[in-house]
Amino acid sequence: MALPASRRSTTNRRAQLGLFTGYVVAGLGAALGAALLIVSLWRPETFAGLRSMAADLTSPAGEVGAAGRVGSRNVFEAIAGYYRAGSRNARLEREIGIARVKLAEAEAVAHENRRLKAVLGLSEGETRPVAIARLIGSTSSSARRIGYISAGRQDGVRAGMPVSSPLGLIGRVLEVGRHSSRVLLLTDTESMVPVRRATDDVVAFAEGRSDGTLRLRLINLGINPVKVGDVFVTSGAGGLFRPGTAVAVAMEVTKDGAIGQLLSNPAATDVVMVEPIWQPEAIRVMRAPTIGEAEGAQAGAGEAGDAAPPSAAAAPSAAGAPTTDAPAAGADAAAGGSTQGAAPAPEE
Amino acid sequence: MEQLNPRSRSDPFGSRINRRHSTMLAYGVPWVSIMLGSLCVWLPVIAPAPVLPPVGFAVLLGWRFVRPGLLPLWAGLPLGLFDDLFSGQPLGSAILLWSVALLAIEGIEARFPWRSFWLDWLTASGILAVYLACAALVSGAAPTLVQLVVILPQLLLSTVLFPIIARMVALLDRLRLMRVRRVG
Repeated sequence: MALPASRRSTTNRRAQLGLFTGYVVAGLGAALGAALLIVSLWRPETFAGLRSMAADLTSPAGEVGAAGRVGSRNVFEAIAGYYRAGSRNARLEREIGIARVKLAEAEAVAHENRRLKAVLGLSEGETRPVAIARLIGSTSSSARRIGYISAGRQDGVRAGMPVSSPLGLIGRVLEVGRHSSRVLLLTDTESMVPVRRATDDVVAFAEGRSDGTLRLRLINLGINPVKVGDVFVTSGAGGLFRPGTAVAVAMEVTKDGAIGQLLSNPAATDVVMVEPIWQPEAIRVMRAPTIGEAEGAQAGAGEAGDAAPPSAAAAPSAAGAPTTDAPAAGADAAAGGSTQGAAPAPEE
Repeated sequence: MEQLNPRSRSDPFGSRINRRHSTMLAYGVPWVSIMLGSLCVWLPVIAPAPVLPPVGFAVLLGWRFVRPGLLPLWAGLPLGLFDDLFSGQPLGSAILLWSVALLAIEGIEARFPWRSFWLDWLTASGILAVYLACAALVSGAAPTLVQLVVILPQLLLSTVLFPIIARMVALLDRLRLMRVRRVG
Protein backbone atom coordinates (compact mmCIF):
# COMPACT_ATOMS: atom_id res chain seq x y z
CA MET A 1 0.00 0.00 0.00
CA ALA A 2 1.34 3.38 -0.92
CA LEU A 3 1.41 6.28 1.48
CA PRO A 4 -1.97 7.94 2.05
CA ALA A 5 -2.54 10.79 -0.35
CA SER A 6 -2.57 13.32 2.48
CA ARG A 7 0.98 12.42 3.43
CA ARG A 8 2.56 12.23 0.00
CA SER A 9 4.76 15.16 -0.86
CA THR A 10 2.87 17.35 -3.26
CA THR A 11 3.26 20.66 -4.93
CA ASN A 12 1.11 22.07 -2.14
CA ARG A 13 3.47 24.43 -0.38
CA ARG A 14 1.49 24.43 2.85
CA ALA A 15 1.41 20.63 3.12
CA GLN A 16 5.16 20.47 2.52
CA LEU A 17 5.80 23.08 5.20
CA GLY A 18 3.56 21.21 7.64
CA LEU A 19 5.47 17.99 7.03
CA PHE A 20 8.78 19.79 7.44
CA THR A 21 7.67 21.44 10.68
CA GLY A 22 6.64 18.02 11.99
CA TYR A 23 10.14 16.68 11.38
CA VAL A 24 11.75 19.71 13.01
CA VAL A 25 9.53 19.51 16.10
CA ALA A 26 10.13 15.75 16.41
CA GLY A 27 13.88 16.32 16.13
CA LEU A 28 13.72 19.03 18.77
CA GLY A 29 11.70 16.68 20.99
CA ALA A 30 14.40 14.01 20.68
CA ALA A 31 17.10 16.58 21.49
CA LEU A 32 15.14 17.79 24.53
CA GLY A 33 14.73 14.17 25.64
CA ALA A 34 18.48 13.59 25.33
CA ALA A 35 19.20 16.73 27.37
CA LEU A 36 16.74 15.71 30.09
CA LEU A 37 18.23 12.20 30.09
CA ILE A 38 21.74 13.55 30.62
CA VAL A 39 20.52 15.79 33.44
CA SER A 40 18.69 12.97 35.17
CA LEU A 41 21.62 10.57 34.82
CA TRP A 42 23.94 13.21 36.20
CA ARG A 43 21.64 14.42 39.01
CA PRO A 44 19.13 11.61 39.61
CA GLU A 45 17.17 13.54 42.23
CA THR A 46 16.36 16.48 39.93
CA PHE A 47 12.90 15.37 38.89
CA ALA A 48 11.97 13.55 42.10
CA GLY A 49 9.24 16.08 42.93
CA LEU A 50 7.58 15.72 39.54
CA ARG A 51 7.65 11.94 39.79
CA SER A 52 6.31 11.84 43.35
CA MET A 53 3.46 14.16 42.37
CA ALA A 54 2.52 11.93 39.45
CA ALA A 55 2.73 8.84 41.65
CA ASP A 56 0.55 10.49 44.30
CA LEU A 57 -2.09 11.29 41.70
CA THR A 58 -2.30 7.78 40.28
CA SER A 59 -1.49 5.60 43.29
CA PRO A 60 -5.18 5.13 44.32
CA ALA A 61 -5.55 2.97 41.19
CA GLY A 62 -2.60 0.90 42.36
CA GLU A 63 -4.11 0.55 45.83
CA VAL A 64 -7.34 -0.75 44.35
CA GLY A 65 -5.27 -3.20 42.31
CA ALA A 66 -3.31 -4.32 45.38
CA ALA A 67 -6.55 -4.81 47.31
CA GLY A 68 -7.85 -6.79 44.37
CA ARG A 69 -4.73 -8.92 44.39
CA VAL A 70 -5.23 -9.72 48.07
CA GLY A 71 -8.98 -10.17 47.57
CA SER A 72 -8.61 -12.59 44.70
CA ARG A 73 -6.06 -14.53 46.66
CA ASN A 74 -8.56 -14.73 49.51
CA VAL A 75 -11.17 -16.12 47.11
CA PHE A 76 -8.76 -18.78 45.96
CA GLU A 77 -7.92 -19.60 49.56
CA ALA A 78 -11.61 -19.99 50.35
CA ILE A 79 -12.00 -22.42 47.47
CA ALA A 80 -8.87 -24.24 48.56
CA GLY A 81 -10.42 -24.50 52.03
CA TYR A 82 -12.75 -27.21 50.70
CA TYR A 83 -9.76 -29.38 50.14
CA ARG A 84 -8.74 -29.31 53.75
CA ALA A 85 -5.64 -31.40 53.48
CA GLY A 86 -4.27 -29.33 50.64
CA SER A 87 -4.93 -26.01 52.32
CA ARG A 88 -3.52 -27.18 55.63
CA ASN A 89 -0.45 -28.42 53.82
CA ALA A 90 -0.06 -25.04 52.12
CA ARG A 91 -0.45 -23.24 55.43
CA LEU A 92 2.06 -25.45 57.17
CA GLU A 93 4.51 -24.97 54.35
CA ARG A 94 4.14 -21.24 54.63
CA GLU A 95 4.61 -21.42 58.38
CA ILE A 96 7.70 -23.54 57.98
CA GLY A 97 9.04 -21.03 55.50
CA ILE A 98 8.61 -18.24 58.03
CA ALA A 99 9.89 -20.40 60.88
CA ARG A 100 13.05 -21.27 58.98
CA VAL A 101 13.79 -17.62 58.44
CA LYS A 102 12.93 -16.79 62.04
CA LEU A 103 15.23 -19.56 63.23
CA ALA A 104 18.09 -18.13 61.22
CA GLU A 105 17.30 -14.68 62.55
CA ALA A 106 17.15 -16.02 66.10
CA GLU A 107 20.54 -17.63 65.68
CA ALA A 108 21.83 -14.31 64.46
CA VAL A 109 20.28 -12.52 67.42
CA ALA A 110 21.75 -15.01 69.88
CA HIS A 111 25.12 -14.50 68.31
CA GLU A 112 24.65 -10.76 68.43
CA ASN A 113 23.70 -10.95 72.13
CA ARG A 114 26.79 -12.94 72.99
CA ARG A 115 28.92 -10.37 71.30
CA LEU A 116 27.13 -7.40 72.78
CA LYS A 117 27.49 -8.89 76.26
CA ALA A 118 31.18 -9.09 75.57
CA VAL A 119 31.30 -5.48 74.52
CA LEU A 120 29.03 -4.38 77.43
CA GLY A 121 27.20 -1.14 77.61
CA LEU A 122 25.87 -1.23 74.08
CA SER A 123 22.12 -1.45 74.47
CA GLU A 124 19.64 -1.58 71.63
CA GLY A 125 16.01 -0.56 72.02
CA GLU A 126 13.03 -2.18 70.38
CA THR A 127 12.40 -0.69 66.95
CA ARG A 128 8.82 0.06 66.05
CA PRO A 129 7.77 0.38 62.41
CA VAL A 130 7.12 3.92 61.22
CA ALA A 131 4.32 2.86 58.94
CA ILE A 132 2.62 -0.24 57.62
CA ALA A 133 1.93 0.00 53.91
CA ARG A 134 0.93 -1.99 50.86
CA LEU A 135 3.32 -2.75 48.05
CA ILE A 136 1.20 -1.38 45.22
CA GLY A 137 3.29 -1.60 42.09
CA SER A 138 6.68 -2.02 40.54
CA THR A 139 8.47 -0.95 37.39
CA SER A 140 7.87 -4.31 35.79
CA SER A 141 8.87 -3.27 32.27
CA SER A 142 12.03 -1.31 33.08
CA ALA A 143 15.53 -2.57 33.75
CA ARG A 144 15.41 -0.76 37.09
CA ARG A 145 13.76 -2.48 40.02
CA ILE A 146 11.74 0.14 41.84
CA GLY A 147 8.55 -0.51 43.80
CA TYR A 148 5.80 1.76 45.00
CA ILE A 149 4.30 1.64 48.51
CA SER A 150 1.12 3.27 49.75
CA ALA A 151 2.65 5.39 52.53
CA GLY A 152 4.34 8.73 52.23
CA ARG A 153 5.40 11.87 54.04
CA GLN A 154 2.03 12.07 55.80
CA ASP A 155 2.70 8.71 57.45
CA GLY A 156 6.17 9.74 58.59
CA VAL A 157 8.12 7.97 55.86
CA ARG A 158 11.45 9.60 54.96
CA ALA A 159 13.99 8.82 52.27
CA GLY A 160 16.49 6.13 53.27
CA MET A 161 14.24 4.18 55.62
CA PRO A 162 14.45 0.38 55.31
CA VAL A 163 11.35 -1.46 54.06
CA SER A 164 10.81 -5.06 55.11
CA SER A 165 8.19 -7.78 55.20
CA PRO A 166 7.78 -10.49 57.86
CA LEU A 167 10.02 -12.70 55.70
CA GLY A 168 12.90 -10.25 55.43
CA LEU A 169 14.27 -7.08 53.94
CA ILE A 170 12.70 -5.71 50.74
CA GLY A 171 14.58 -2.49 50.06
CA ARG A 172 14.79 1.10 51.13
CA VAL A 173 12.78 4.24 50.51
CA LEU A 174 14.15 6.31 47.65
CA GLU A 175 11.73 9.18 47.07
CA VAL A 176 8.84 10.21 49.25
CA GLY A 177 5.57 11.65 48.01
CA ARG A 178 2.61 12.84 50.01
CA HIS A 179 0.99 9.44 50.38
CA SER A 180 3.10 7.15 48.21
CA SER A 181 6.82 6.44 48.05
CA ARG A 182 9.25 4.84 45.67
CA VAL A 183 11.28 1.95 47.07
CA LEU A 184 14.62 0.79 45.68
CA LEU A 185 14.20 -2.99 45.77
CA LEU A 186 17.14 -5.15 46.84
CA THR A 187 17.42 -6.67 43.37
CA ASP A 188 18.15 -3.33 41.69
CA THR A 189 21.73 -3.10 40.49
CA GLU A 190 22.22 0.16 42.40
CA SER A 191 21.21 -1.46 45.70
CA MET A 192 23.97 -2.58 48.03
CA VAL A 193 23.40 -3.92 51.55
CA PRO A 194 26.11 -4.92 54.05
CA VAL A 195 25.31 -8.44 55.25
CA ARG A 196 26.89 -11.22 57.28
CA ARG A 197 26.31 -14.94 57.58
CA ALA A 198 23.68 -15.62 60.24
CA THR A 199 25.89 -18.07 62.10
CA ASP A 200 29.21 -16.23 62.22
CA ASP A 201 31.07 -13.16 61.08
CA VAL A 202 31.56 -13.80 57.39
CA VAL A 203 30.78 -10.30 56.15
CA ALA A 204 29.74 -9.50 52.60
CA PHE A 205 27.90 -7.06 50.41
CA ALA A 206 24.60 -8.04 48.80
CA GLU A 207 24.30 -6.42 45.39
CA GLY A 208 21.24 -6.62 43.17
CA ARG A 209 21.53 -8.35 39.81
CA SER A 210 18.17 -7.17 38.44
CA ASP A 211 17.12 -10.71 37.59
CA GLY A 212 15.62 -11.51 40.98
CA THR A 213 18.82 -12.75 42.63
CA LEU A 214 21.54 -11.09 44.70
CA ARG A 215 25.28 -11.24 44.30
CA LEU A 216 26.93 -11.79 47.69
CA ARG A 217 30.48 -10.49 47.56
CA LEU A 218 32.71 -11.41 50.47
CA ILE A 219 34.80 -8.63 51.96
CA ASN A 220 37.61 -10.91 53.13
CA LEU A 221 38.84 -12.72 50.07
CA GLY A 222 40.69 -15.98 50.45
CA ILE A 223 39.15 -19.40 50.89
CA ASN A 224 35.45 -19.00 50.27
CA PRO A 225 33.68 -20.35 53.37
CA VAL A 226 30.16 -19.96 52.01
CA LYS A 227 28.12 -23.11 51.45
CA VAL A 228 24.86 -23.51 49.58
CA GLY A 229 21.99 -22.89 51.98
CA ASP A 230 23.75 -20.36 54.19
CA VAL A 231 21.42 -17.59 55.33
CA PHE A 232 22.68 -14.01 55.22
CA VAL A 233 21.29 -11.27 57.46
CA THR A 234 21.94 -7.54 57.59
CA SER A 235 25.08 -6.72 59.55
CA GLY A 236 24.12 -3.23 60.64
CA ALA A 237 27.33 -1.76 59.22
CA GLY A 238 26.65 1.67 57.84
CA GLY A 239 23.85 2.24 60.32
CA LEU A 240 20.97 2.13 57.87
CA PHE A 241 19.56 -1.35 58.35
CA ARG A 242 18.87 -2.88 61.75
CA PRO A 243 21.22 -5.88 62.17
CA GLY A 244 19.75 -9.35 62.00
CA THR A 245 17.09 -8.85 59.32
CA ALA A 246 17.07 -11.77 56.91
CA VAL A 247 18.17 -10.93 53.38
CA ALA A 248 19.14 -13.91 51.25
CA VAL A 249 20.06 -17.56 51.18
CA ALA A 250 23.10 -18.68 49.20
CA MET A 251 22.07 -20.64 46.15
CA GLU A 252 25.23 -21.09 44.16
CA VAL A 253 28.82 -20.55 45.31
CA THR A 254 30.99 -18.32 43.13
CA LYS A 255 34.67 -17.35 43.27
CA ASP A 256 34.20 -14.24 45.41
CA GLY A 257 31.08 -15.22 47.34
CA ALA A 258 27.76 -16.56 46.19
CA ILE A 259 24.62 -15.95 44.22
CA GLY A 260 21.83 -15.50 46.72
CA GLN A 261 18.11 -16.10 46.45
CA LEU A 262 16.07 -13.29 47.94
CA LEU A 263 14.29 -14.53 51.09
CA SER A 264 11.48 -12.01 50.95
CA ASN A 265 10.26 -12.14 47.38
CA PRO A 266 8.42 -8.86 46.73
CA ALA A 267 6.12 -10.67 44.30
CA ALA A 268 4.62 -12.66 47.17
CA THR A 269 4.33 -9.70 49.52
CA ASP A 270 1.49 -7.30 49.94
CA VAL A 271 1.93 -5.69 53.36
CA VAL A 272 5.31 -4.20 54.23
CA MET A 273 6.71 -2.32 57.22
CA VAL A 274 8.68 0.88 56.92
CA GLU A 275 11.23 0.93 59.73
CA PRO A 276 13.13 3.89 61.11
CA ILE A 277 16.77 4.32 60.15
CA TRP A 278 18.70 2.24 62.66
CA GLN A 279 21.50 4.65 63.57
CA PRO A 280 20.55 8.13 62.31
CA GLU A 281 23.63 9.72 63.85
CA ALA A 282 25.91 7.30 62.01
CA ILE A 283 24.23 8.26 58.73
CA ARG A 284 24.78 11.91 59.57
CA VAL A 285 28.44 11.22 60.18
CA MET A 286 28.67 9.44 56.83
CA ARG A 287 27.21 12.48 55.10
CA ALA A 288 29.68 14.80 56.87
CA PRO A 289 32.67 15.85 54.77
CA THR A 290 35.29 13.14 54.44
CA ILE A 291 38.80 13.66 55.74
CA GLY A 292 40.09 14.44 52.25
CA GLU A 293 37.44 17.08 51.69
CA ALA A 294 37.95 18.44 55.17
CA GLU A 295 41.67 18.79 54.55
CA GLY A 296 40.90 20.66 51.37
CA ALA A 297 38.60 22.94 53.33
CA GLN A 298 41.24 23.31 56.04
CA ALA A 299 43.69 24.65 53.51
CA GLY A 300 41.11 27.28 52.68
CA ALA A 301 39.34 28.10 55.94
CA GLY A 302 41.02 26.13 58.71
CA GLU A 303 37.84 25.51 60.72
CA ALA A 304 36.17 22.60 58.97
CA GLY A 305 39.23 20.43 59.47
CA ASP A 306 38.90 20.55 63.24
CA ALA A 307 35.34 19.31 63.17
CA ALA A 308 35.80 16.46 60.70
CA PRO A 309 38.35 14.08 62.29
CA PRO A 310 36.37 13.46 65.52
CA SER A 311 33.22 12.71 63.56
CA ALA A 312 35.13 10.39 61.26
CA ALA A 313 36.55 8.64 64.31
CA ALA A 314 33.04 8.27 65.73
CA ALA A 315 31.87 6.38 62.66
CA PRO A 316 33.49 3.01 63.44
CA SER A 317 32.26 3.05 67.05
CA ALA A 318 28.68 3.63 65.97
CA ALA A 319 28.49 1.67 62.77
CA GLY A 320 31.36 -0.77 62.80
CA ALA A 321 30.33 -2.67 65.94
CA PRO A 322 29.36 -5.89 64.16
CA THR A 323 32.81 -6.24 62.67
CA THR A 324 34.72 -5.93 65.96
CA ASP A 325 36.26 -9.37 65.86
CA ALA A 326 36.73 -9.50 62.11
CA PRO A 327 40.26 -8.88 60.87
CA ALA A 328 41.22 -5.23 60.68
CA ALA A 329 41.35 -5.24 56.89
CA GLY A 330 37.78 -6.47 56.75
CA ALA A 331 36.62 -3.84 59.21
CA ASP A 332 38.28 -1.15 57.15
CA ALA A 333 36.64 -2.42 54.01
CA ALA A 334 33.28 -2.58 55.75
CA ALA A 335 33.55 0.95 57.03
CA GLY A 336 34.72 2.24 53.68
CA GLY A 337 32.27 0.28 51.60
CA SER A 338 29.27 0.83 53.82
CA THR A 339 29.34 4.50 52.96
CA GLN A 340 28.07 3.33 49.64
CA GLY A 341 25.46 1.13 51.19
CA ALA A 342 24.31 3.72 53.69
CA ALA A 343 23.90 6.87 51.68
CA PRO A 344 20.53 6.90 49.91
CA ALA A 345 21.58 5.32 46.67
CA PRO A 346 21.94 7.53 43.63
CA GLU A 347 18.72 6.73 41.94
CA GLU A 348 18.83 6.11 38.17
CA MET B 1 -35.08 -0.61 1.67
CA GLU B 2 -34.89 -1.07 5.46
CA GLN B 3 -37.19 -4.06 5.15
CA LEU B 4 -34.74 -5.80 2.87
CA ASN B 5 -31.63 -4.89 4.81
CA PRO B 6 -31.90 -3.16 8.20
CA ARG B 7 -28.28 -2.02 8.02
CA SER B 8 -28.56 -0.46 4.61
CA ARG B 9 -28.26 3.08 5.93
CA SER B 10 -25.40 2.47 8.30
CA ASP B 11 -21.69 1.74 7.97
CA PRO B 12 -19.49 -0.26 10.39
CA PHE B 13 -19.45 2.73 12.73
CA GLY B 14 -23.22 3.12 13.13
CA SER B 15 -26.10 4.80 11.40
CA ARG B 16 -25.17 7.41 8.83
CA ILE B 17 -28.42 9.28 9.23
CA ASN B 18 -28.28 12.04 11.78
CA ARG B 19 -25.03 10.81 13.34
CA ARG B 20 -21.44 12.01 13.10
CA HIS B 21 -18.05 10.98 14.50
CA SER B 22 -17.12 12.68 17.75
CA THR B 23 -14.02 14.85 17.42
CA MET B 24 -13.05 14.19 21.02
CA LEU B 25 -13.19 10.41 20.58
CA ALA B 26 -11.50 10.50 17.19
CA TYR B 27 -8.48 12.38 18.47
CA GLY B 28 -8.56 11.48 22.18
CA VAL B 29 -8.69 7.68 22.10
CA PRO B 30 -5.12 7.15 20.77
CA TRP B 31 -3.57 9.47 23.36
CA VAL B 32 -5.59 8.09 26.26
CA SER B 33 -4.94 4.47 25.31
CA ILE B 34 -1.17 5.05 25.08
CA MET B 35 -1.17 6.79 28.46
CA LEU B 36 -3.16 3.92 29.97
CA GLY B 37 -0.52 1.58 28.56
CA SER B 38 2.15 3.60 30.37
CA LEU B 39 0.16 3.25 33.60
CA CYS B 40 0.57 -0.56 33.52
CA VAL B 41 3.14 0.02 36.28
CA TRP B 42 0.19 0.09 38.66
CA LEU B 43 -0.92 -3.41 37.68
CA PRO B 44 -0.64 -5.57 40.78
CA VAL B 45 2.42 -7.35 39.43
CA ILE B 46 5.50 -6.95 41.60
CA ALA B 47 8.15 -8.36 39.33
CA PRO B 48 11.57 -9.52 40.56
CA ALA B 49 12.89 -9.04 37.01
CA PRO B 50 11.63 -7.07 34.02
CA VAL B 51 8.87 -9.21 32.50
CA LEU B 52 6.11 -6.95 31.27
CA PRO B 53 6.54 -5.61 27.71
CA PRO B 54 6.71 -1.81 27.44
CA VAL B 55 2.94 -1.60 26.95
CA GLY B 56 2.73 2.16 26.36
CA PHE B 57 5.37 2.00 23.64
CA ALA B 58 3.79 -1.06 22.03
CA VAL B 59 0.40 0.71 21.89
CA LEU B 60 2.09 3.76 20.35
CA LEU B 61 3.61 1.51 17.66
CA GLY B 62 0.21 -0.10 17.15
CA TRP B 63 -1.47 3.25 16.49
CA ARG B 64 1.37 4.29 14.22
CA PHE B 65 0.90 1.17 12.09
CA VAL B 66 -2.92 1.09 12.14
CA ARG B 67 -3.37 4.79 11.37
CA PRO B 68 -0.22 6.40 9.98
CA GLY B 69 -0.40 10.16 10.29
CA LEU B 70 -3.00 10.19 13.04
CA LEU B 71 -0.44 10.86 15.76
CA PRO B 72 1.73 13.89 15.00
CA LEU B 73 5.42 13.22 14.55
CA TRP B 74 6.19 15.04 17.80
CA ALA B 75 3.85 12.83 19.87
CA GLY B 76 6.91 11.15 21.41
CA LEU B 77 7.63 14.27 23.46
CA PRO B 78 4.46 14.53 25.62
CA LEU B 79 3.72 10.80 25.67
CA GLY B 80 7.33 9.91 26.48
CA LEU B 81 7.35 12.45 29.31
CA PHE B 82 4.23 10.84 30.77
CA ASP B 83 5.77 7.38 30.47
CA ASP B 84 8.98 8.51 32.15
CA LEU B 85 7.07 9.68 35.21
CA PHE B 86 6.06 6.10 35.99
CA SER B 87 8.38 3.70 34.21
CA GLY B 88 11.31 3.93 36.63
CA GLN B 89 13.64 4.96 33.82
CA PRO B 90 15.52 8.25 34.21
CA LEU B 91 13.39 11.14 32.99
CA GLY B 92 14.08 11.84 29.32
CA SER B 93 14.82 8.29 28.17
CA ALA B 94 11.33 7.65 26.78
CA ILE B 95 11.11 11.18 25.33
CA LEU B 96 14.29 10.53 23.38
CA LEU B 97 13.63 6.91 22.41
CA TRP B 98 9.98 7.39 21.45
CA SER B 99 10.75 10.44 19.31
CA VAL B 100 13.58 8.62 17.58
CA ALA B 101 11.37 5.55 17.07
CA LEU B 102 8.65 7.65 15.37
CA LEU B 103 11.25 9.25 13.09
CA ALA B 104 12.72 5.82 12.32
CA ILE B 105 9.31 4.42 11.34
CA GLU B 106 8.83 7.41 9.05
CA GLY B 107 12.14 6.55 7.39
CA ILE B 108 11.31 2.85 7.10
CA GLU B 109 7.94 3.71 5.58
CA ALA B 110 9.56 5.94 2.98
CA ARG B 111 11.95 3.12 2.09
CA PHE B 112 9.31 0.33 2.01
CA PRO B 113 6.07 2.09 1.04
CA TRP B 114 4.08 -1.15 0.78
CA ARG B 115 2.62 -2.60 3.95
CA SER B 116 1.85 -6.09 5.13
CA PHE B 117 1.27 -7.89 8.39
CA TRP B 118 4.70 -9.52 8.29
CA LEU B 119 6.55 -6.32 7.44
CA ASP B 120 4.76 -4.44 10.21
CA TRP B 121 5.48 -7.18 12.72
CA LEU B 122 9.12 -7.36 11.68
CA THR B 123 9.47 -3.57 11.94
CA ALA B 124 7.76 -3.51 15.33
CA SER B 125 9.90 -6.39 16.68
CA GLY B 126 13.08 -4.73 15.48
CA ILE B 127 12.12 -1.41 17.02
CA LEU B 128 11.06 -3.07 20.28
CA ALA B 129 14.36 -4.96 20.48
CA VAL B 130 16.41 -1.81 19.92
CA TYR B 131 14.17 0.10 22.33
CA LEU B 132 14.55 -2.46 25.14
CA ALA B 133 18.32 -2.65 24.69
CA CYS B 134 18.70 1.15 24.63
CA ALA B 135 16.37 1.56 27.61
CA ALA B 136 18.47 -0.95 29.59
CA LEU B 137 21.64 0.91 28.59
CA VAL B 138 20.40 4.35 29.69
CA SER B 139 18.57 3.09 32.78
CA GLY B 140 21.44 4.23 34.99
CA ALA B 141 22.25 0.70 36.13
CA ALA B 142 25.68 -0.68 35.40
CA PRO B 143 25.49 -2.38 31.98
CA THR B 144 26.47 -5.99 32.57
CA LEU B 145 25.96 -9.19 30.65
CA VAL B 146 23.29 -10.28 33.15
CA GLN B 147 21.28 -7.17 32.32
CA LEU B 148 21.21 -7.96 28.62
CA VAL B 149 20.27 -11.59 29.30
CA VAL B 150 17.49 -10.45 31.64
CA ILE B 151 15.69 -8.49 28.91
CA LEU B 152 15.52 -11.49 26.57
CA PRO B 153 12.31 -12.98 28.04
CA GLN B 154 10.81 -9.50 27.99
CA LEU B 155 11.78 -9.07 24.35
CA LEU B 156 10.29 -12.44 23.42
CA LEU B 157 7.05 -11.58 25.21
CA SER B 158 6.89 -8.15 23.56
CA THR B 159 7.40 -9.66 20.10
CA VAL B 160 4.77 -12.32 20.61
CA LEU B 161 2.28 -9.91 22.17
CA PHE B 162 2.64 -7.19 19.55
CA PRO B 163 0.11 -8.59 17.03
CA ILE B 164 -2.41 -8.93 19.87
CA ILE B 165 -1.78 -5.36 20.97
CA ALA B 166 -2.13 -4.18 17.37
CA ARG B 167 -5.40 -6.08 17.17
CA MET B 168 -6.63 -4.35 20.33
CA VAL B 169 -5.62 -1.02 18.84
CA ALA B 170 -7.70 -1.88 15.76
CA LEU B 171 -10.68 -2.51 18.07
CA LEU B 172 -10.07 0.85 19.73
CA ASP B 173 -9.93 2.38 16.28
CA ARG B 174 -13.52 1.23 15.65
CA LEU B 175 -14.53 2.79 18.98
CA ARG B 176 -12.72 5.95 17.94
CA LEU B 177 -14.77 6.30 14.76
CA MET B 178 -18.17 5.43 16.29
CA ARG B 179 -20.91 7.72 15.06
CA VAL B 180 -22.07 8.99 18.44
CA ARG B 181 -22.61 12.70 17.83
CA ARG B 182 -26.19 13.63 16.96
CA VAL B 183 -26.57 16.33 14.34
CA GLY B 184 -29.70 18.28 13.51
